[in-house]
Amino acid sequence: MQNDNYSKIIQVSDLITHYGSKKILNGVSLDVNKGEIMVIMGGSGSGKSTLLRYMLGLNKPTSGSIKLLGEDITKMSSNQLYQMKKQIGVSFQGGALFGSMSVSENIQLPLSEHANLDVNTMRIMSQMKLEVVNMAGFEDLMPSQLSGGMIKRAALARAIILDPKLLFFDEPSAGLDPVVSAELDELILNLRDAMGMSIVVVTHELESAFKIADRITILDRGEILMCGTVDEVKNSDNHRVYNLLHRQPRRDMVDVDEYLQRLTGKNLDLVSEKSNIVNHKKY
Amino acid sequence: MKYPVSQHFNYSVISLSGEIDLNESPNVRKQILEYINKNSSLLIDLSLVEYIDSSGVASLVEGLQMARSKKLNFALVGVSESALQVLQLARLDMVFTIYASLEDIESL
Repeated sequence: MQNDNYSKIIQVSDLITHYGSKKILNGVSLDVNKGEIMVIMGGSGSGKSTLLRYMLGLNKPTSGSIKLLGEDITKMSSNQLYQMKKQIGVSFQGGALFGSMSVSENIQLPLSEHANLDVNTMRIMSQMKLEVVNMAGFEDLMPSQLSGGMIKRAALARAIILDPKLLFFDEPSAGLDPVVSAELDELILNLRDAMGMSIVVVTHELESAFKIADRITILDRGEILMCGTVDEVKNSDNHRVYNLLHRQPRRDMVDVDEYLQRLTGKNLDLVSEKSNIVNHKKY
Repeated sequence: MKYPVSQHFNYSVISLSGEIDLNESPNVRKQILEYINKNSSLLIDLSLVEYIDSSGVASLVEGLQMARSKKLNFALVGVSESALQVLQLARLDMVFTIYASLEDIESL
């Protein structure tokens, strides 16, 4: 096993990322401790999925560093990143199961990719994980035959097949009924307690976040609005946190020049009669 | 690695140690199946195991299944709290016979 000489399981420092010319994350810093469940929240477009993609090493940032298990993944070669990924599990929002493979084959895929085990061992491991996610007996089904909740659980089984130290779970509750959603929350807590996993959950479901989180990070327009315990978030007097918790629609100030430039694709300095543009700054 | 084996009544006791992970569990599996093929009832002593992952547990499950098919006894001893939690996650604590120590088996 590799060197465990690091204090934080994740250490993101001053992360700046762009999508084309648009800045998405603007100086995000974030720590996750060993055995901690960190929930990342934020509205659509807040940058939470982007942050997840960078923490998974799927994109290279403009600047900043991302240390996973003590090592900076922004400086890794693709081979080093491949080795790192053995220790990380990911359950994607849509499951990302391979449609041409059965549930069992999907779950065993990381094993055949990363380990050299007997087929019996692999089959038993896959069955064990199906038991853990409460899906025993469904191993031979194809993904197209599964319900939304079953897809999430099968994806989770695949994500934990290598007993990762770090698990990323993107939107575990989205589109699920409350009972299945509560079961998944329970499962996340059990995985942490039994296997000592550190878990990062991206969600916009408040109830789920409050139930499972040790700490919650709230992203807003590419910046960290706050990071704190469940109680700290609940008691925050920041109005944007309040709006998120109480589902208030955003009433943001509009920068007219920037807004029109986005709509027209033109630099307004070049447009004559600028004074004719109606100013909506205080709507 | 090859693990030490001792005799306790009619059981062969395989004393595992260290980290039973993806690299090591094929050796564990091989040694367990070797003794079952010799028709020996087995006690797997986990008291010196620092960490056991799912591949290690899967090797124990396969051993248990093979032993049962041959009407041999197969039990675990010295299961640490953390290993027990891993077993409990898949309800395997209800599948394996688990003894606290070898002395418990003497008294049976």
